[in-house]
Amino acid sequence: MTEANTSVADNVLDVEKIRKDFPILSQTVRGKPLIYLDNAATTHKPFSVIERVRSFDAEQYGTVRRGAYSLSEKATQLYEESRQKVADFMGAEKKGEIVFTSGTTQAINLVAHSFGKRFINAGDEIIISNIEHHANTVPWQVLCEERGAKLKVIPVSDDGELIMEEYEKLLSPKTRMVAVNHVSNALGTINPVKEITAKAHAVGAKVLIDGAQSSAHMKLDVQDIDCDFYTFSGHKMYAPSGIGGVYGKMELWEELPPYVTGGDMIAEVTLEKTTYAKPPARFEAGTPPITQVIGLGAAIDYLNSVGMDKISDYENSLLEYGTRLFKEIEGVRIIGNARHKASLISFSINGEHPSDGHPHDVVSWLDRDGIACRGGHHCAQPTMIRYGVPATTRASMAFYNTTEELDALAESIRNGFPYGFVAL
Amino acid sequence: MSYDKELYQQVILDHNRKPRNFHVIEDASHNCHGVNPLCGDDITVYINVDEEAGKINEVSFQGSGCAICKASTSLMTAFLKGKTVEEAKQIKDEFHKMILGEMDPEKDEHHLGKLTLFMGIREYPSRTKCASLAWHTLVGALDRKFDGISTE
Repeated sequence: MTEANTSVADNVLDVEKIRKDFPILSQTVRGKPLIYLDNAATTHKPFSVIERVRSFDAEQYGTVRRGAYSLSEKATQLYEESRQKVADFMGAEKKGEIVFTSGTTQAINLVAHSFGKRFINAGDEIIISNIEHHANTVPWQVLCEERGAKLKVIPVSDDGELIMEEYEKLLSPKTRMVAVNHVSNALGTINPVKEITAKAHAVGAKVLIDGAQSSAHMKLDVQDIDCDFYTFSGHKMYAPSGIGGVYGKMELWEELPPYVTGGDMIAEVTLEKTTYAKPPARFEAGTPPITQVIGLGAAIDYLNSVGMDKISDYENSLLEYGTRLFKEIEGVRIIGNARHKASLISFSINGEHPSDGHPHDVVSWLDRDGIACRGGHHCAQPTMIRYGVPATTRASMAFYNTTEELDALAESIRNGFPYGFVAL
Repeated sequence: MSYDKELYQQVILDHNRKPRNFHVIEDASHNCHGVNPLCGDDITVYINVDEEAGKINEVSFQGSGCAICKASTSLMTAFLKGKTVEEAKQIKDEFHKMILGEMDPEKDEHHLGKLTLFMGIREYPSRTKCASLAWHTLVGALDRKFDGISTE
């Protein structure tokens, strides 16, 4: 560990104190301390979230928006307080602009369906990029097939940056929606979402930003970005699994038909005709994941107590440290070298033999040293095809990781070369 | 033969780097394409079967994937040469049971020979599909599954 890293990391965020907040991090794997580096897949929960979920279920759980008795009124109040917390966290103007879903995947499906039904017709165009997660690819492909619309794709440079000149050429008066991620889960690229949004609006198109990888790692301001939709996933923000949602501009929500229908999202139901509730209720059919929403609120409280700027700075220092380490290992090729990256490193191995170091083997190898990384196509097969690899190995850091853990990762990788990454 | 970690490592590494029978059989009597969609292992197995005798004359493969997938396929092609179709299917069932932990080669009767070196995979459920893709694809070929097979 170099001196520069000690001074950067220690002054900003007390990582040892943070780690004590996360009970799962103290376990061992095959006799070695767990080194969890798969935060892009999912994140762990601090005591405060685990405890809030427990205390809510033990003392305050009740149905929301339905009961007129005290328990339900209190639960409803806490539920809406969580919605306010999300709105503030994202920089939204009104809490009603936050629609809860089970996560980013469902959120994008919701927007694709409802926006598609209302605004997409034959001959219209939708733009995505070459480095999207399948969740921000497949719903648009399906929509285009169903409506006779055309899907266009922003190309990406060898370093993993969107080629903005080519994006501009794709925009036309026929463009209705541009859907891109804020951060690529496969490469770590941070996209210039404000610029992308401005250019889309200039031709009259709307913008959806997939924020699954960004919401826990940088301070958000959806009004500053001026996007029309911004999705998030709770389980990637230290909240329970099964909750996420989407910010949308109120004037746009008001135009959209519902996606899932049933109870709660209605105004009036007769056997002949049904009218719908106002947003956000219109898009939240059925009993929601009440406890998980409360857990999400607690996770946001925790993140605010640490400070998103501190988190962002610390994770950036981890990225710099890890990138430097990897560049020193001969035979490791980093995939995704954008100038602005979130704290993840995707890499491939050039081993002693061309067949060595397939990501699946590397992940098993690392697992034997207690290290959790992800190997595969990361639900981003088009990205893999673009970079000519069937898969990559990915280490993704959060603010509870340390430079020592990255040292252990680098050492484990170095040790793998003589064994062709075939673990015992 | 008991599970020997070092032997396992040496054999897998060797067969991954130098897979045996790694070529196309141009006029194969059977072939099948098999994939592990979640991890990207992708192989095609070619077989020459003497239909009258019900015997496997030759097995080969092409494709790409992780070390366990390639080594398992390579070892399979070497092991099956000269075996009957019935024997091949029986071995596939035994292999599958072994890697799922449902058959213990140190206690139960089997016909797996040195394929028992994959015994350790039962401790690593996420890798069982890597080892078994070869065998699923082989049976897919014998059963003439023209659309290929997938482990999902």
